Amino acid sequence: MSDTTTATAAIERIFRDEYGRVVASLVRRFGDIDTAEEAASEALVTALEKWPESGVPPNPGGWLTTAAGNKAIDRIRRDKVRDAKHEAAEMIHDDTPHETTGVIADDRLRLVFTCCHPALAPEARIALTLRLLGGLTVAEIASAFLVQETTMAQRITRAKAKIKGAKIPYRVPEPEDLPARVGTVLAVLLLIFNEGYLSTGDGEPIRAELTDEAIRLARTLHELLPTDLEATGLLAMLLLTEARRGARVRGGELVPLADQDRGGWDRDLIREGHALVRQCLAADRPGRYQVLAAINAVHTDAPTAAATDWSQVVALYDQLVRIDPSPIVALNRAVAIAELDGPEVALAEVDRLPLESYHAWHATRAELLRRLGRSADAAAAYDAALAVCDNTAERAYLTRRRTQLSPKCESSSPEV
Amino acid sequence: MTHYLMAVMGAPVTADDFYGYGSKEEMEQSFAETGAFNDQLKADGQWVFAGGLAPIDKTTVVDGQGASPVVTDGPFLETKEHIGGFWVIDVPDLETAQALAATASKACRGVIEVRPFDGLA
Repeated sequence: MSDTTTATAAIERIFRDEYGRVVASLVRRFGDIDTAEEAASEALVTALEKWPESGVPPNPGGWLTTAAGNKAIDRIRRDKVRDAKHEAAEMIHDDTPHETTGVIADDRLRLVFTCCHPALAPEARIALTLRLLGGLTVAEIASAFLVQETTMAQRITRAKAKIKGAKIPYRVPEPEDLPARVGTVLAVLLLIFNEGYLSTGDGEPIRAELTDEAIRLARTLHELLPTDLEATGLLAMLLLTEARRGARVRGGELVPLADQDRGGWDRDLIREGHALVRQCLAADRPGRYQVLAAINAVHTDAPTAAATDWSQVVALYDQLVRIDPSPIVALNRAVAIAELDGPEVALAEVDRLPLESYHAWHATRAELLRRLGRSADAAAAYDAALAVCDNTAERAYLTRRRTQLSPKCESSSPEV
Repeated sequence: MTHYLMAVMGAPVTADDFYGYGSKEEMEQSFAETGAFNDQLKADGQWVFAGGLAPIDKTTVVDGQGASPVVTDGPFLETKEHIGGFWVIDVPDLETAQALAATASKACRGVIEVRPFDGLA
C-alpha cells in the first residue's frame, strides 16, 4: 500500500470511530439528520485533504465536529440566501465546547433513543443505529443483512423521513419511560450481535463487523448509563459470547460449546465480562440480560465442559423463565436439564414446545434422540433442522452429525 | 408544534351491544373518561377538533375526477376495521402525541392510529 492509501485508510478509520459523536452532536445542534450527515461527509473530505499534510489533530472527533458544524452553517447560509423563509438561522450559534465527553456523550444517547424508537419498524431501527451511531456505510449494512443496497438505502431514507415527518424527538426518555425504552435499544443491539454471530445466508458464518459494532455500541450505552443493570448485563453477555468466537468455528463447521477448545477462549474478555456480572449480582435486581450474562459466566468459568455447574445453569434458567416465559428460553433450559436429569426428561420438555419452524428446536431434539439411541428419529430431526437452518457453519455441523448416526439403526428408518 | 390525527380504529358497532362497549355502565364510564380527557386537552391548549363518526354503513363514496361525479355506497375499502372517531391535536412531538393517544385509547376503549399532518389549510 502506498503512503497515501495508508493515510486515507487511517483517516477513514478515525472518521468511522468518530462518526456517531460527530453526527449526534450535529443532530442536536441543527435538529436534522440529513443536514448532520451531509456536513459530516463534507468534513471527511476536508480531513482527507488536510490531515496527510498537517497530521491528525490531537482531538480528531472535536476537529471533525467543528469542521462539520462550519460546513452545515455554510450550507444553511447559502440556503438562506436562496430562500429567505429558511428558519434554521437561529440554530447557527452554538457555544457547546467540542469535547469528547459530557454533552456529546449525551448527544449519542439521545440519538440512539431516536434510532431505536418504537414508532420505527424493527429492521429500520437496526439499520439506522448502524448507520448513524456505528458509522457503517449503507453498502456495508446492506451486505451484512444480505439485502440490496437500494433496498437498504430506501429503508434508511424512509425511517429518517418518518423521524422528520412524525417529529420523533431527539431526547433521552423521561425516567418513568426509561426502562422500557432502554429495553428497545438493548434488543436492537442484541439483534445486531446475533446476526453477526450466527449469520444467515451463504456467506461467512460469523460477521465480525456486526459483532464488533454491537459490542462497541453496548460499551457506549453502558458508559452512558452506568447504573442501568440491564445495559451492564447485555454488555457482559456479549463479551462472554464474543470471548468464545475463535473456538466456535473450525474448518467451516460450528463447534458446540462442549467440544470447544477452551484454551482458544479470550481470557481478557472473560475477565471483563465476569467483573460486570459480579456488579449485577451485587446489585441484586436481576433482569433478562443480567441472567443471560450470568449463564454465560457459569459456562466460561468451567475449565472443562464436564466441570460445568449445570445445577447453577438450570437455576438461572428457572429465574429467566419467570422473567421471560418464551418457548425459546424453555428450549435452552431443556438443554441444561439434559445435562442434569438426562436426555429423556429433557426431550419430554422439548417436545411440548411450539417451535417447529426454529432450527435449534429440531437440532436439540436430534441431539437428544441420538443420546437416547433413537437413530431413525434423530436422523429425521437432523433433516428437519437442516431444512430450516440457514447458517453455513451450523449446516456443516448438522450434516456431519447426521452422517455419524449409527448405521444399524439408520437402516430401520422409513425410506422416503 | 405539529398537528396529529388520532384515529380510533375498530370493528363496526351497533346499538345491540351498546356500540361495542358491552354494557350500558361500561359505555357511560367510557364516555365520562373520554369527556375528562377532552377537557384536559382543552385546558392544556392541545385541542383542535374531535368527534365520533356515524356507523360505517352511512358512508358514501364520491369520485369527481371524471366528466361527471360517480357516487357509490361506501365504504371505499371493505375492511374489518374502520375509523370510528378521531381527534386532531396540536403538540410538540410524536412522544407527546403517543402519550396522549395512550390515555385516549384507554378512555375510549379502542386502538388509536397516530398520524402527523403534513400541512394545514
